[in-house]
Amino acid sequence: MEFAELIKTPRADNVVLHRPFHPAVEGTLCLTGHHLILSSRRQDNAEELWLLHSNIDSIEKRFVGSLGTIIIKCKDLRIIQLDIPGMEECLNIASSIEALSTLDSVTLMYPFFYRPMFEVLEDGWSSFLLEQEFELLSSVTNEWRLSCVNKEFSVCPSYPAVVIVPKCIDDEALRKVALFRHGGRFPVLSYYHKKNGMAMMRSSQPLTGTNGRRCKEDEKLINATLRSGRRGFVIDTRPLNVAQQARAKGGGFEQEVHYPQWRRIHKYIERFNILQESFIKLVEACNDQSHNMDRWLSKLEASNWLTHIKELLTAACLAAQCIDREGASVLVHGSEGTDSTLQVTSLAQIILDPRCRTIRGFQALVVREWLQAGHPFQQRCAQSAYSNSKQKWEAPVFLLFLECVWQIHRQFPCSFEFNEQFLILLFEHAYASQFGTFLGNNENERAKLKLPQKTMSLWSWVNRPEELSRFQNPLYEANSLVIWPSVAPQSLQLWEGVFLRWNRPSRFLEEAEEERINIIKYNKELQAKVNALRRQLAELETDEE
Amino acid sequence: MEHIRMPKVENVRLLDRLSSRRAVVGTLYLTATHVIFVENGSETRKETWVLHSQISSIEKQATTATGCPLLIRCKNFQVIQLVIPQERDCHDVYISLIRLARPVKYEELYCFSFNPKLDKEEREQGWKLVDLNEEYNRMGVPNNYWQISDVNRDYGVCDSYPTEVYVPKSATAHIIVGSSKFRSRRRFPALSYYCKGNNASICRSSQPLSGFSARCLEDEQMLQAIRKANPGSDFIYVVDTRPKLNAMANRAAGKGYENEDNYSNIKFQFIGIENIHVMRNSLQKMLEVCELKSPSMSDFLWGLENSGWLKHIKAIMDAGIFIAKAVAEEGVSVLVHCSDGWDRTAQVCSVASLLLDPYYRTMKGFMVLIEKDWISFGHKFNHRYGNLDGDPKEISPVIDQFIECVWQLMEQFPCAFEFNERFLIHIQHHIYSCQFGNFLCNSQKERRELKIKERTYSLWAHLWKNRADYLNPLYRSDHSQTQGTLHPQITPCNFLYKFWSGMYNRFEKGLHPRQSVTDYLMAVKEETQQLEEELEVLQERLANLQKSQSGDNKVKSKQQDRSKQTGLYTSNNSLANTPQEYSNDLKSFPSRSPSQGDEEDSALILTQDNLKSSDPDLSANSDQESGVEDLSCRSPSGGGCLPSEDSGKDSDEAVFLAG
Repeated sequence: MEFAELIKTPRADNVVLHRPFHPAVEGTLCLTGHHLILSSRRQDNAEELWLLHSNIDSIEKRFVGSLGTIIIKCKDLRIIQLDIPGMEECLNIASSIEALSTLDSVTLMYPFFYRPMFEVLEDGWSSFLLEQEFELLSSVTNEWRLSCVNKEFSVCPSYPAVVIVPKCIDDEALRKVALFRHGGRFPVLSYYHKKNGMAMMRSSQPLTGTNGRRCKEDEKLINATLRSGRRGFVIDTRPLNVAQQARAKGGGFEQEVHYPQWRRIHKYIERFNILQESFIKLVEACNDQSHNMDRWLSKLEASNWLTHIKELLTAACLAAQCIDREGASVLVHGSEGTDSTLQVTSLAQIILDPRCRTIRGFQALVVREWLQAGHPFQQRCAQSAYSNSKQKWEAPVFLLFLECVWQIHRQFPCSFEFNEQFLILLFEHAYASQFGTFLGNNENERAKLKLPQKTMSLWSWVNRPEELSRFQNPLYEANSLVIWPSVAPQSLQLWEGVFLRWNRPSRFLEEAEEERINIIKYNKELQAKVNALRRQLAELETDEE
Repeated sequence: MEHIRMPKVENVRLLDRLSSRRAVVGTLYLTATHVIFVENGSETRKETWVLHSQISSIEKQATTATGCPLLIRCKNFQVIQLVIPQERDCHDVYISLIRLARPVKYEELYCFSFNPKLDKEEREQGWKLVDLNEEYNRMGVPNNYWQISDVNRDYGVCDSYPTEVYVPKSATAHIIVGSSKFRSRRRFPALSYYCKGNNASICRSSQPLSGFSARCLEDEQMLQAIRKANPGSDFIYVVDTRPKLNAMANRAAGKGYENEDNYSNIKFQFIGIENIHVMRNSLQKMLEVCELKSPSMSDFLWGLENSGWLKHIKAIMDAGIFIAKAVAEEGVSVLVHCSDGWDRTAQVCSVASLLLDPYYRTMKGFMVLIEKDWISFGHKFNHRYGNLDGDPKEISPVIDQFIECVWQLMEQFPCAFEFNERFLIHIQHHIYSCQFGNFLCNSQKERRELKIKERTYSLWAHLWKNRADYLNPLYRSDHSQTQGTLHPQITPCNFLYKFWSGMYNRFEKGLHPRQSVTDYLMAVKEETQQLEEELEVLQERLANLQKSQSGDNKVKSKQQDRSKQTGLYTSNNSLANTPQEYSNDLKSFPSRSPSQGDEEDSALILTQDNLKSSDPDLSANSDQESGVEDLSCRSPSGGGCLPSEDSGKDSDEAVFLAG
């Protein structure tokens, strides 16, 4: 097996593992093709660390005499230190880790080798098909249809094989519209608001260019979502000047003259390297052990992370407001329509649609609005906050979305069926996983890689009752209303569960969560007991009559 | 009443600070004790009540076409913006309020007219709820090392100290008096907390009058006596909570700090908590940030940072942590002082006590703690919180900072405290409200002269009566977090200190989580309790039924059973209907709050009920999805709601594009 070549020293003894808030552990370090394993020599031989190589973001090595130290920084933001006796062993191990954590072929990744130890009750790869979604939609409206125009991924390589479009637009028109939109991403249905029949669509920018090109089919397509005499809103996730500049490169925006029924709103949502830098700065600030109170707040401020959160939430709230309060249809896009666009459409659904606040519904949302919609996970999540690679396509777009969900969750702690741990789980698996769910950049790539056949889906694992119970919010009470979060700075907080996860003592907070669960569990048990007794009594009493 | 020039003004507009479009019109009343705004509109007639003593500043702003704006800032961080149609009326209201908000005699304060309809006995019982004698006994003194001293029985030695203080057994009256003469305002070292487990103690005093070289034998003997009262340790820590520079500056004025060379076996330590003037300015700066209309994230974080507020909170916590560690882990006694020993010393001693002793983390214990370290030891409530008109430079949020320290600890140790955030907020409110007599005056001596206990009511009794509202659902007396000393993380812990919007933006409900986990869990626990009771009744009934069925003489035993159980059956009938009500109650959450105070109080007392009536109705908000207005006015797109269909097109565009 080819991994063997990369592993010069598969095993080292007397290695000491240091982690914050844990006592140091001495044990044996083993390297396998996909894991770094440290097990202590204690009697119970408890496994101490089992780390996926793909979770390693960067490593540093240091030497004091013949004692080598490797500092491993992970994509889930944890930092661990391994003291390895022996210069050569240490160097070998470091270079192996480096090589194994940066494999460039997807098919060498762990999901292709992972053999599940659990029984699959439901194959996650077919749990969330767009056809099912369409069936639900058909029960409330017949204005939409399922189109297979993209079944060969030829019209739009980053779209799934099937999409939902207005019924009155035929496939021929869609092909034309695809040519008018960046990357072929023609407007498709993202969300249908049952309450008032308004729709949210998403796309990429129109290719108007400097000479104001237009496309009748495009106009017809998006107008098809309007009620007669009503207006719609185009939410462009770029500021006006950026959208204007895009025209020089062949992109552009919907001009009023050609889209008289649409009002354009420009919102500024940061992209790519700006987000990545912000992420790096924030994590740096959170890991800084030395600074005093003053510098902490300025560093938090300087990272701009919370500003991005605020901007994104504001844009999502605006989209939701247009649909629910203004009774208008909405089209959301930025440039490519694969990042900020998806952040806005998915968050708006969290606000508007109670279903998206259930575990199952949230999974469906992630599948529909991120995986199927072609968010390039593999590019965006290749590296995390510790990487030095500074590639243009790496950005914590999905993490930002998850954090916004957390912010809303914090403001409506009883309205979500899932808990914070579930969001953290998705963050982890987007960056490194034994499951194939987040591999590839779109459905096209996933099909080519035969992921559904060759790898296990995260959903197959997580939707088993024993796993699911860990991610349930004990406070959940279905709330059928639209939930409007506050976006004031006072209402937004640092997501400690992710950013301070490894450098704060968490015991007391975990105990509190346990306590919350117990209070509710006990209540439910009592309720069941009382009900059973009541039934029993009623039976006895009727017997007696 | 003679100060009220204008008892009633109609057509006054109450502005929403966040959105000018959400103003309501109503009538403004000035009474002897309150400013009351009653909304027009037949259905709700929502009322906003503000006690005069809560008013910290009144600002009359330039008259506009719509009227004359009046800005009232309150000590409980409420900000009220009124627009009064007539300039003359506004002026009269302004002049009246200026006077009403600055009473000159204690008798003008609300507590002397406040009547919760309790008889004399109930009032006396109320004042007995917190008993410091009992508290010292609980700590374990008097004992072999500590005794009560009557040296200050007529306030003869120190007029800001209580009559009864605990001192080391070996400290004679001569030593105490001698030491007192060598200490600012004669505040000699006295016991604040005694740790039964290891004899270590926390003592408090003011700074020594050491100047550059002065010594005092009795003072040195006093510290020696404190050391001897803890046989397990051969030194004591002397903690000066001031920054070193401040302490040194004091030497020029004949004051200063202990010279380690003159005292045998002390270890001297500066902590560096800033003085009341720095703290006052810091709060002012932070409140300016809180008042910003639609701040960006940077505005907010910069402002918070520049205010230095959280840095000060951390300094106080660090001092408390240092002392708790010395006492609990090293078993060393600590003497704490600042300048006069009534501000920073009170903060630090009470934080340390809270960390050390789980009792102070219970509701009753927390009252006792405030009574002990703040009220009895002469924290100058009147001066610090401006109850009577006085020197504005004396005002400083000293106890507010302590209360925030407690909140910060509650955030880190969610199961450790018996009480919840609301308890802290209501105590803060009443420190300023002057509705109860507890916090009046500057010392025990003054309070006795005023006969506070005969003429006013105690807050503690009121809080105790409503204690169900203040419970932390996560608290269990057998939980590990409620045992022993709390150990907050020290490094790196800066990020553990957070802005407390529940306090400083307390009246802007739109900024807070729309669903309260605490209220939800309390409701569940309440239901659980009812279920437990019902379960018991049902089990008993079942047992009886089974017995009667198995019995020979069925009819007879059944009759007996019935007759015996009449009471139960009736109560059962009502219980039998409850499950649906429970679940309905839970479903109607979040409008359900277990914290509704009792009815008869609500009209009279400005506690949570009135506070609630002065709040925007939170539950209605989230139910009705009205959060949407918050969003639009908060969005950086320039504020204002989304335009309605028929509003002008151009201006709409501007609203959105401004972002």
